[in-house]
Amino acid sequence: MQRKPGRGVAIVGAGMSKFGAFPGLATRDLFVEAFRELLASVDKGFDARDIEALYIGNFSSDLFEGQAHTAPIMADWVGLTPRPATRVEDACASSGVAFREGLIAIASGLYDIVLVGGIEKMTDLPTARVTDTLATAADVTYETPAGFTFPGLYASMATAYLHAYGATSEAFLKVGLKNHENGALNPKAQFGQRIADIIEARKASAAKKGKPIPTWADELAFLNDERANPVIAWPLRLYDCSPISDGAAALLLVSEELARRFTDAPLYVIGSGQASDGATHDRPTLTGIPAAQRAAQLAYAMAGVTPADIQPAEVHDCFTIAEIMATEDLGFFAPGEGWRAAIEGRTARTGDRPINTSGGLKSKGHPVGASGAGQVVEIWKQLRGEAGARQLPGEPCLGLTHNVGGTGQTCVVHIFERR
Amino acid sequence: MSEKPFTGTAFYAFLKEHKLMGARCPTCGAIYAPPRPFCPACFNAELEWVELSGAGRLASYSIIVIAPTAMIEAGYGREHPYCSGVVELAEGPCISAQILGVDVAHPETIAIGTPVKVAFIERGEGEAQKTFLGFEVVP
Repeated sequence: MQRKPGRGVAIVGAGMSKFGAFPGLATRDLFVEAFRELLASVDKGFDARDIEALYIGNFSSDLFEGQAHTAPIMADWVGLTPRPATRVEDACASSGVAFREGLIAIASGLYDIVLVGGIEKMTDLPTARVTDTLATAADVTYETPAGFTFPGLYASMATAYLHAYGATSEAFLKVGLKNHENGALNPKAQFGQRIADIIEARKASAAKKGKPIPTWADELAFLNDERANPVIAWPLRLYDCSPISDGAAALLLVSEELARRFTDAPLYVIGSGQASDGATHDRPTLTGIPAAQRAAQLAYAMAGVTPADIQPAEVHDCFTIAEIMATEDLGFFAPGEGWRAAIEGRTARTGDRPINTSGGLKSKGHPVGASGAGQVVEIWKQLRGEAGARQLPGEPCLGLTHNVGGTGQTCVVHIFERR
Repeated sequence: MSEKPFTGTAFYAFLKEHKLMGARCPTCGAIYAPPRPFCPACFNAELEWVELSGAGRLASYSIIVIAPTAMIEAGYGREHPYCSGVVELAEGPCISAQILGVDVAHPETIAIGTPVKVAFIERGEGEAQKTFLGFEVVP
């Protein structure tokens, strides 16, 4: 039986901090930054004291900043105690799932106005400890003892994909190039640079230091250069991996009947799907993510739309291969065709199937617990025509977010409509 | 063949005895490696231990250059990358393991489908000694 929410839910406000590396700023500081932007985003204004509950996605402040029990701290720092504040942890899908919990809470009739947030502060730790912390999202009994890191797990999916479909790793490079192009147009992105900008910066840096000035024939030559783009976990290189990031995002959800009290341009949440799965090795396929396929089917069925109806989609490109698999798992391309679509530019802003106009996790940044909510912020902007230089033409009205935890132990998909 | 519970601790205790053990569902015949206490195929909760042949083939792999702390302590890292992979066992299930006997300097020479057999990797000393699951390429 296809279930629907007990009543409709809409987004009427959205904000995010800049994503990046911010020494001296804790998750609560970043959350305040996101909350301030959310307050300013509510067209008709509102009294924040009307918020009745908070759902906060946060993967591992425990290990990243030595702070557990973060949800009440966020509530406190924006003046919202004693309202219930619940932390949601599903690895990198934490705030995508927090969003769904907020949706369920309003749909149940228990609350009318809910704040959903996502937070993560990753850059205080050295890279090896960040790697260790991220690896706790895998199976520490049966996956990490094999030496697998997160890049390693996605890399093993990449080798399986390349083998199964005769794909080339040029497709991965194209995804990175494209997401850097988009991120350069997003003032909130960690990397506001295209690959071409990075090449020029490298040359300028070498010239300044009096070193030989490196030359690359083009961007692909740069990305194929082991010194410029070293292997992290073969076949994935540095520019195939999302960065280590700090950031926060915040969304204001209300019951559908209240939406127009806040804005004349709400986003209605018309589809929601979530699924779980076991360890990476324990799945029928390594060339796609079964939980993503299922979450997508559930969300499409609830929304009564098909993949062809979706215009902007923010997908979980923690690694370039992950974006290619996502475009197949979501039904935008047939299995084994996503890599070709990437090479042909179909997923660029100017393509027929724009993916990650925000720059994606790759370029916008991946503060893991904030990423899912951050994706919704981009859809909010695109569907309201507020995405600035990266705005898609044609007034898109159906957007989708795809947020993956681990290598697909959790996946959550949402579909949004501007009416 | 054993009264041990279907835990990770038991799996690694068997590995220390150089036995690769899985769980078998007597009701539907499904085999699980790693072992699990509950059969998701038929919802039977009474499984039994089964020793696996240790034969398999490489289903996927990666050469890991940026290593986690535990592997750095084992001597791996930027200058000494290693291979981790998923192995499809002859009995059917797939499992994660370190892959030995491959040319990590030339990852493109490693072929998915390569036959492998179980290897037992000993790390640490004394109390901290632990046996890790590996597979090596069958010559």
